Amino acid sequence: MKPCPEEIVQYMHDYLDGEITRRDEQILKEHLEQCPACQEHMDQLSRSVAFLKSASHIEAPEGFSARIMASLPKERQGAGVRRWFGRHPMLAAAAMFMLLAGLALFSNFNTSDQQLVVSTQPNLVVEGNKVTVPEGETVKGDLVVRNGELHIEGEVEGDVTVINGSKYMASTAVVTGRIEEIDRAFEWLWYTIKSGIKEGLSVFEGPGADDKEK
Amino acid sequence: MEDIVKKRIKQVLKGDQSAFEEIVSLYQNRLYQVCYRMLGNRHEAEDIAQEAFIRAYINLHTFDQKRKFSTWLYRIATNLCIDRIRKKKPDTFLDAPVPGTDGLDHYSRLAHDSPLPEEEVEKMEQQERVQYEISRLPDKYRSAIVLRYIEELPLQEISEILDLPLGTVKTRIHRGREALRKQMKKL
Ligand SMILES: [Zn+2]
Repeated sequence: MKPCPEEIVQYMHDYLDGEITRRDEQILKEHLEQCPACQEHMDQLSRSVAFLKSASHIEAPEGFSARIMASLPKERQGAGVRRWFGRHPMLAAAAMFMLLAGLALFSNFNTSDQQLVVSTQPNLVVEGNKVTVPEGETVKGDLVVRNGELHIEGEVEGDVTVINGSKYMASTAVVTGRIEEIDRAFEWLWYTIKSGIKEGLSVFEGPGADDKEK
Repeated sequence: MEDIVKKRIKQVLKGDQSAFEEIVSLYQNRLYQVCYRMLGNRHEAEDIAQEAFIRAYINLHTFDQKRKFSTWLYRIATNLCIDRIRKKKPDTFLDAPVPGTDGLDHYSRLAHDSPLPEEEVEKMEQQERVQYEISRLPDKYRSAIVLRYIEELPLQEISEILDLPLGTVKTRIHRGREALRKQMKKL
């Protein structure tokens, strides 16, 4: 009996890997038909593979992912808060509103805020709680008047904001910026939040790179 | 699925730890299964699979997002398993049997160093026997065989997971099949 070709076992494995050429497969097939020893070898290999494939699927134990989550290194402090505010900008604004409202009601509005407050531009005329931009004068920069009457007869190069007060514009009045009147405490708060929200959120979000684990 | 995983990875990298939970849920069974088949012990498998996820979390920034995440994860887990097998000292096998493990641990604890008497092997349930035969495979072949026939991964992916040339992976699988054939000639 002639000896088995050297490559025949290699062909068996190529066949099992699904990577046999048609030519080699033909050689393998022809040899197995006439060689009971190699046929037996091939059968044993196929049975071993089938046996392995019969292994049942194993699943992770109950609560496995929860245990992993609990044992992860802690997040950087504040990351969770920043994420929460990042996901809920409106809630963040509302939360800030409540906080500021509380503070404002208990402090500012009851005391010093009843007094006239005015931004300091040199050519403004202040008498009692009346603030005047005189005719022919130009006030440079934004003008803010709180708890007072604002009379504009001249020109303002900037925004005008009147908080808790009133405003009279003469026919000669010129305001280059926006004019805003805020009457009630809560509106004023909204105004504060609105103008502060960009800054506020950037504080909550922080620079992105900071959030990463080291 | 890879798409959602990549999205979650980005969230984790931005500091959203909770996004990691979905990643764990998606891969926990596969990873645990590989560890179990490699180590043959449920407690060790849980230990190592957990360690693999934690390492993945810590080193997530080193993962190349152009590649397949599961390959990277399998690689962490198989490396940990191989380390654990190497460090295993014979006295580990003397641990008391763990309840609720269906007797599987008993056989795998004895491992390939000391084959069981033939009549005991013949009494085994089919599933016990599978784990027993896998645990008798030499370490080198075991990882390749488990990835090929338990996880059913393509050869190319196995080569990436084990960081071995494709030819080496094929050789290991061939030798693993031959080893198994000799172990169970009488099947
Ligand atoms: Zn032959």
